Amino acid sequence: MSSTDVVITGIGIASSLGLGTDAHWQALQGSPAPKLDRERFAPYVIHPLPEIDWSVQIPRRGDQRQMETWQRLGTYTAGLALDDAGLKGDEELCATMDMIVAAGGGERDTAVDQAILDASLARNDHGVLLNEKLTTELRPTLFLAQLSNLLAGNISIVHKVTGSSRTFMGEDGAGVAAIETAAARIRAGQSTHCLVGAAFQTEHPDMLLAYELAAYLQRGEWSPVWQRREELGGGIITGSGAAFLVLESREHAEKRGRKAYAAIGPILSGRARREGSGLKDALGEMLDVLAGRAAPALAISGASGAHAATRAEKAALDAYGNMAVRGFNTVTGHLKEAQFPFAVALAALAIHNAKAYPPFDAENERPLEDAPKAVLATSVGYHCYEGMGLIVEA
Amino acid sequence: MSYTDKFGRPLVAVTGMGVVTSLGQGKRDNWAALTGGRSGIRSIKRFPVDHLATTIAGLVDFLPESEQGATALTLALAELAAEEAIDESGLSLSNFGGPLFLAAPPVELDWRNRLALYARSERSGDWRSLIETARKTANRAYFDEGQFANIANRLADKYGTRGLPVTLSTACASGATAIQLGIEAIRRGECDRALAIGADGSATAEALIRFSLLSALSTQNERPEKASKPFSKDRDGFVLAEGSAALVLEPLESARSRGAKVLAIMRGCGEKADDFHRTRSKPDGSPAAGAVRAALADAGMAEEEVAYINAHGTSTPENDKMEHLSLSTVFGERMRTIPISSNKSMIGHTLSAAGAVEAVFSIMTMREGVIPPTINYDNPDPAIDLDVVPNVKREADVPTVLSNSFGFGGQNTCLVMAREPG
Repeated sequence: MSSTDVVITGIGIASSLGLGTDAHWQALQGSPAPKLDRERFAPYVIHPLPEIDWSVQIPRRGDQRQMETWQRLGTYTAGLALDDAGLKGDEELCATMDMIVAAGGGERDTAVDQAILDASLARNDHGVLLNEKLTTELRPTLFLAQLSNLLAGNISIVHKVTGSSRTFMGEDGAGVAAIETAAARIRAGQSTHCLVGAAFQTEHPDMLLAYELAAYLQRGEWSPVWQRREELGGGIITGSGAAFLVLESREHAEKRGRKAYAAIGPILSGRARREGSGLKDALGEMLDVLAGRAAPALAISGASGAHAATRAEKAALDAYGNMAVRGFNTVTGHLKEAQFPFAVALAALAIHNAKAYPPFDAENERPLEDAPKAVLATSVGYHCYEGMGLIVEA
Repeated sequence: MSYTDKFGRPLVAVTGMGVVTSLGQGKRDNWAALTGGRSGIRSIKRFPVDHLATTIAGLVDFLPESEQGATALTLALAELAAEEAIDESGLSLSNFGGPLFLAAPPVELDWRNRLALYARSERSGDWRSLIETARKTANRAYFDEGQFANIANRLADKYGTRGLPVTLSTACASGATAIQLGIEAIRRGECDRALAIGADGSATAEALIRFSLLSALSTQNERPEKASKPFSKDRDGFVLAEGSAALVLEPLESARSRGAKVLAIMRGCGEKADDFHRTRSKPDGSPAAGAVRAALADAGMAEEEVAYINAHGTSTPENDKMEHLSLSTVFGERMRTIPISSNKSMIGHTLSAAGAVEAVFSIMTMREGVIPPTINYDNPDPAIDLDVVPNVKREADVPTVLSNSFGFGGQNTCLVMAREPG
């Protein structure tokens, strides 16, 4: 135990399952059923956002209007995390709080884009067409509502987190790097407290398009993440969701009398060559290192369902026969940048409640009765980059 | 000789640098143009400018990838800068062996490819036809274009960097943040080398339009080379530009022990976010001032030790006013006499790359003993009383530099560099 151990003192999560830690913990007891929308983006099934009263965390309507849903979702969930950590409205601690957000891009204006696509079929001067339509039809502030670093920007504006603001980009891997970097900075004394997390809103055609450009999505029907079928496509079913964590040094948390959910142990990340058994071997090596520290009884897996990556991860995890695995994308859908933050949040809740989740897919996941002392959290990018970490008792 | 700073942390040396801007490829060409007061801003030829309020930019138009879209050009720019930097450092070009921190613009499927897909689709009038065609086409290049991890992943492959590469955006401060991440990783003892790159080839028509709609760009199109005029009274916006820079960072100790030439020391970095507005700074300039102070504190340096300031100096009415205010807040009366110049007067605003490009130019300023001018300073803003090194380069002994980077979204990051370990 050391004063610079990294502890989790605040958790904000949002997904189709609900809003906040309690809603998720409750929803995941018994035999959790996924909440699905099969119609709106058919043939794609998605896990949609629940109804959210944005004003709970973003009181000013003007601020809400300046954001697209993805930014609102992230800003809202960051607020949940700050509330949970007892830091919301603490001007002094927010002004010195660091922030790392993992973000993708925002939401384009579908109507404007479609108008351009349709008009393009009837004319050849596409460059001029773009200028004509974009100069007249784009909402001026939409750019800011799309810009990757403006999720962090909005968190600064709404919640006054201003110690620093960094945005990492790069799908699932960005979420790993965000938490890894935040934890490393705290451990090294470069930071005392940090808000870290991500949001992904899948309910936009461009978000689905980005996956389908390489045919990564499953079409037509839903199935648990370990049971995705090659004949239905690439295996990913997406969801909207977000996860933000407040990380602090043990000393910082103790000084202000906060109890922690859990502590962040070692985090490993990499960029394995994915040909052959490259990914499985790399994940196996990471597991060997982590399990050497504290053998985790439970794994919260961020497997995406993408066939090759998910097979490799399953094989690597199965090699540790004593570990019960929970593939949370079965119940949330793939949350892209938010995958690893969400996995860490679920892992921390299991430590905090001294209880494992029931299987999310009874055919592929076995029950675990014992209270987990160490939980593995993984995020293996559907296309590249992977990471995992140990979440342990604080 | 001490290899640690006054806080006991390893000193971080720069042992390789590379740069590409509209002025040319490589440090030599850029430096000649920059000290010659030449502008790289021209009328746009790459795409039609009908209906556009701004028709000028600082484009990198001399590469084969210049016409291939933002992703291809950003990658090419990053590669050219990385190669020059790694080559200078003497480290391996294929097995670099340290982490990569890449500042790059957010990516999207390029319009030309979006249009090409749609033309190939069977239906019209719905986004479903676009997605369906995308899936059936399964064009790997289109996919890569929309993946934020792609450019860094390719660079990591090519140069053999270690681990999961970080791609980041702090808007117009991104390049400085990439360097900061490298400095921090070395101070943590995680690596004995790091590659920090800022690259931006995203000056597309849509990017231009988006910034135009925010009234951020200069519309002084008639004489492109005169449009970027930081600190001038008639400045009316920044000029969108492309470019890249790469820096090889190492602990001073390992740089010395392998006999590498040390180009400069990264003494400190600081940041402070602004919570005032999405595009405007807090009226009292306190966040930018806070970032400057944080960088000086991190460097363990007093205000008096700053010999030259490489300004963010975008040439927007707002930035230059706020930069002056915040610097005056920190440096007081002395601010009137500290030389400060804006490279953007010549290269425009290279966005995600700017912080890295300007760090390279800052280090060259120290090494060459020559301060590049702020050109187009014909009509000084009387409210901004600064020594902007007007129009003509100046020879000077510059042992230390403060380089500022400020961006939309409340981003403020500053770097403090020194010629010697100190």
